[in-house]
Amino acid sequence: MSETIKVPTMAEYMAQGKQPEVLFWVGCAGSFDDRAKKITKAFVKLLNNAGVEFAVLGTEESCTGDPAKRAGNEFLFQMQAMMNIQVLNGYEIKKIVTACPHCFNTLKNEYPDLGGNYQVLHHTQFLKILLEEGRLKVEGGKFKGKRITYHDPCYLGRANGEYEAPRDLLKKLEAELIEMKRCKSKGLCCGAGGAQMFKEAEPGDKEIFIERTEEALQTKPETIVAGCPFCNTMITDGVKFKEKQDEINVLDIAEMIANAENL
Amino acid sequence: MQYIPNILFLIALVAGIGYFIKNCKKIYRNIKLGKEIGEIDNKSLRMNNVIRIALGQSKMTVRPIAGLLHIIVYVGFIIINIEVLEIIIDGLFGTHRIFAGMGSLYNVLIASFEILALLVLVSVILFWIRRNIIKIRRFWKPEMKGWPKNDANYILYFEMLLMSLFLIMNAADQQLQLLGAEHYIKAGYFPVSSWLLPLFDNFSETTLIIIERSAWWLHILGILIFLNYLYFSKHLHILLAFPNVYYGKITPKGKLPNLQSVTNEVQLMMDPNADPFAAPPEGQETPEKFGASDVTDLTRVQLLNAYTCTECGRCTDNCPANLTGKKLSPRKIMMATRDRLEEIGKNIDKNGTFKPDDKQLLDDYISREELWACTTCNACVEACPVSIDPLSIIMDMRLYLVMEQSAAPQELNIAMTNIENNGAPWPYNQMDRLNWKNED
Repeated sequence: MSETIKVPTMAEYMAQGKQPEVLFWVGCAGSFDDRAKKITKAFVKLLNNAGVEFAVLGTEESCTGDPAKRAGNEFLFQMQAMMNIQVLNGYEIKKIVTACPHCFNTLKNEYPDLGGNYQVLHHTQFLKILLEEGRLKVEGGKFKGKRITYHDPCYLGRANGEYEAPRDLLKKLEAELIEMKRCKSKGLCCGAGGAQMFKEAEPGDKEIFIERTEEALQTKPETIVAGCPFCNTMITDGVKFKEKQDEINVLDIAEMIANAENL
Repeated sequence: MQYIPNILFLIALVAGIGYFIKNCKKIYRNIKLGKEIGEIDNKSLRMNNVIRIALGQSKMTVRPIAGLLHIIVYVGFIIINIEVLEIIIDGLFGTHRIFAGMGSLYNVLIASFEILALLVLVSVILFWIRRNIIKIRRFWKPEMKGWPKNDANYILYFEMLLMSLFLIMNAADQQLQLLGAEHYIKAGYFPVSSWLLPLFDNFSETTLIIIERSAWWLHILGILIFLNYLYFSKHLHILLAFPNVYYGKITPKGKLPNLQSVTNEVQLMMDPNADPFAAPPEGQETPEKFGASDVTDLTRVQLLNAYTCTECGRCTDNCPANLTGKKLSPRKIMMATRDRLEEIGKNIDKNGTFKPDDKQLLDDYISREELWACTTCNACVEACPVSIDPLSIIMDMRLYLVMEQSAAPQELNIAMTNIENNGAPWPYNQMDRLNWKNED
C-alpha cells in the first residue's frame, strides 16, 4: 500500500510556470464529508498511479452553487459561479474532472453562459479514457465474479446521458453486474438531489433512500456501487437502516478500482 | 326539399368547426399570457424530435402494453380520418361513397378502416379495463378524483361509440347493397362488419336505410362533438403534442437556465470600477419579479405544456417523492397550471381584461410542501412522452419563494448561509478545504 499521495495545487503549478493536464475539482462533499473524502483519496491514488499531471484548487475552490440554484437562490448561485469562473479563468483551466455529478453538471452546463468554458468530465469518464489510453490498468482483482449493482446518479445519468462509462469500468473489474429494475434512464433518485441533502424530507410514508436501497438489496449484491458522493451517503444510510452494513459495501467506482489494484 | 339534408349537414359542419376554432383562439390567447421565449434555435433537431417523439411515438413504447395499444388508437385515428373526408363530401353534395370510383383501392381502404376500427375498439376497451377494473395506480392518484377521472372515461366511451357506429353503418350499407337498394352502389370490402350482417337479416329496406342513415349521421355528428370536446378535456394532446415537442427542451436535462437579470447584477457587484451610486443604464429595466407565483410569470412553452398534458401520469409514477408518499405529483403541477390558466382566461372572457381575483398559482393551486419535496431528479421530464417539463415550473416557483419571499425551509437557509460565508453548504472553513490530503 502506498502511503503518500501527491496532491499539487494550481498555485504550485503556477509558481513553477507549468500547466497541469487536468484540474481535479474536489467539491464540497469530497473535501469535507468523511465518507466522500475516501473517494477523493481513492481517485487521487488512481491519478498518481496513472501518472496524470493534475492539480486541485485547494483553498481557492468554493461551492459551485448547485444546491443554492436548486433551492431557488439564483443570486447566490451566480455569485459562486462567477467567483469560481474568475479563479478558473485566471489559471487558464481548459479541462476539469470531478467525482461529483452535481459539480459536473453545473460546471459543464451552467457555467458556459456565465463565461466559464471548460471541457468537463466525470471521473468515470476520465478513468475510462485513461484505461483506453493504456495509462490505467483495471483488472478483476478482488471483485472478480462478485455480485454488484450500480446506482445511476441522476445528475450523471438522466441529466447528462452518461450511463456507459461507469458500466464499462465495472465490466473491466469482471464483477457480475446485476441491474436494478429501475436503472439507466429510469434510475430512481437516491433522494439527495435538488438540495434535499441539506433538509429533512417532506412528510410521506417512506424515505426515498430506503426505497432505493431496498431495490438495490433485491439484487442480492455484495457491493452497491455509486458514482456520486451524495448517492453514496444516502445508500450507505439505507444499508445501515436495513442493518446490512456488515455484509454489503457501498463503494464508489474509483474506490473499487483502487481497491482492486491494492492502491 | 331534397337539399334539406345537405343544408343541415353544412350547418352542422360550419357550427362544429367554427366553435372549435373559436376555442382554439382562446387557447392561443391564454398561452400568450405567458412570457415570450427567446429565439428558437436548432430547428432541424426540433423537427427531428417532432418526427421521432410526437409522430413516431418513440417514448410511448417505454411501456410496451400501453404503448402498443396507444399506437393502434393513434394510427386508427389518423387513417380513419380519410373516411371522414369522404363522409364530408357525401354530406355536402348528397353523393354516396364518392370515393368508390377508386375501385379495388377503395376496397383496400374500406377494409383497412374496418380492421383498424375493430382494433381501436378492442384497444379502447382494454384501456377502459386498465383504468376501471385493474385500477392501475397512476390513474387513481388524488388529483384524478372527479372530473379528470370522468373525463378520461368519457373519451373512451366516445371512441367506443364512434367505432361502433362506423361498423354498424357499414354493415347496414352492405346489407342494402346486397338487397340492391337504389343509391347504395356496390362498393367496399367489409371484413369486419360482415360479421354483423346476420343481425339485419329480416330487416326491410326502409328500416335498413333508417339504421344506415342514423349511424352515418351520428358518426359524423359524434366526430364534430368530439372535436369540440377536446377543448374542455385532457385530450388536446392529439393536436398540441406536435408543437409541444417542437418547443421542448433540447439542452441536457440537468441544465437550468441562468437568469440574465441576476447576471447583470452580479457582474456589476464584481466590477471594481462600477459606481455603486450610478443610476441604472437606459433601457435596462429591473425585472418585475423573480420566478413564478402565478401562471402569467411562466413562459409560453410552460403554458403550452399545461394544455398538452393528457394526465397519463407517467411522470408521477416515476417521481421519487410521489412514490414515497409525498404530496408532490408532477402531473398535478401541470393540471394545476392549466386550471389556473383557464380560470384567468374565463376571467378575461367575462371582464374584457383580467380583473384581480386574489388568487394565484402558488398556495391556491400548488402548495409549498409540494414544491420543496422535489429532488430535481428529472424522472418526470424523462418519463413524459410529449416532452413536458414539470420540473421547470417547480424550479421557477422555488425561485419566487426564495428570491422574492425569502421563504426557503430553515435548513436550506442554513445551508445557503454556509455557502455564502464559507463556500460550502456545511459550516467548514474554506481554508480547511485541502485538509483531507494530510488526514489518514
